[in-house]
Amino acid sequence: MRKYIIHSIFLFSVIAIIVSCQNQETIDLQNYMSNGKDIYKAKCQNCHGENGEGLGQLAPPLTDSVFLIANKNRLACIIKNGVNETLVIHGKEYREKMPAFPELADIDVAQVMVYVTNSFGNKQGFVPYNQVSTQLQNCK
Amino acid sequence: MNKIISSIAICMLSITILSSCQQDKKLPFYGERHAETKRDTAGIEKIDTVYQTIPNWSFLNQDSVVTTNKSTDGKVYVADFFFTSCTTICPTMHRNLMTVYNEFKTNPDVMFVSHTIDFKYDRPYVLKKYAQKLGVDGPKWQFLYGSKDSVYTLAEKNYLVAVGEDSTAKDGYIHQGYLVLIDKDRRIRGAYDGTKEDQVEQLKKDIPVLLAEYKK
Repeated sequence: MRKYIIHSIFLFSVIAIIVSCQNQETIDLQNYMSNGKDIYKAKCQNCHGENGEGLGQLAPPLTDSVFLIANKNRLACIIKNGVNETLVIHGKEYREKMPAFPELADIDVAQVMVYVTNSFGNKQGFVPYNQVSTQLQNCK
Repeated sequence: MNKIISSIAICMLSITILSSCQQDKKLPFYGERHAETKRDTAGIEKIDTVYQTIPNWSFLNQDSVVTTNKSTDGKVYVADFFFTSCTTICPTMHRNLMTVYNEFKTNPDVMFVSHTIDFKYDRPYVLKKYAQKLGVDGPKWQFLYGSKDSVYTLAEKNYLVAVGEDSTAKDGYIHQGYLVLIDKDRRIRGAYDGTKEDQVEQLKKDIPVLLAEYKK
């Protein structure tokens, strides 16, 4: 009986160790998601809405996964520098200017970008900070 | 048998007590007030409280038509101050006000009035474009343009909403996000923070209360 208990405890601890061993990327993703959400609330939600629904024709929704994937490498620059051109989202034209957010550090841009591209029905996965940093250095 | 009669009696009693508890709810009055002595038709002196009212106004609306207080006279309306290039509180305010607008769209006794505080850029055609993009069409929600002096005085003295130019602010202007509820006699009956959803919900509840005051 005693042997049986010891065996089951051992087995249980092995399982616990395996479960807690998430890979680094999943932890980073969760980290970015939670920080990104705070930045989103402070800087983006005014116009783009709590659920990324946008505001009439004034601010586009963030639910167009096709647009987000097609413009994957531009997203960081858009977040930081704003937009002053017509964008077609869900087949509709949006002409209003998006303001720049120069106060956002590269890591903030990365976190909010990961949040947006993995919320509101989007699922693009993780983008590390250094990749976003490179994109930001090459903004047009 | 006695039991049945007594239980019915208790039921009736509790219903009477509960229904008598309902009081006619009234909204408060805001702003300055003073007492005025008046003679009624029978010549008896009476003291009456006189509340602060919104004075006559005249502005250009989103269709470049001169619009005056005549359009809101005899109506309950919600007034606010904003500007179209505002990226901070205005989008949230108008997103929330949109839900109020949609709820009272078909009620002819309710109106909405938004004053721009950006006298340099927000000309009527800019306001028109903004209204259309927000999803507002028709005269029920007026977007008004006026000189800096007239709009700012109206905001601060009459609607009790702080507005101002501020070159250090991100968009060049600062203002409070209040949605001010005005009754049919131009008195201020409520002020709700348009950026807070719970206060906007309260506004939706208070408009019917205010309308009911006039139904007697």
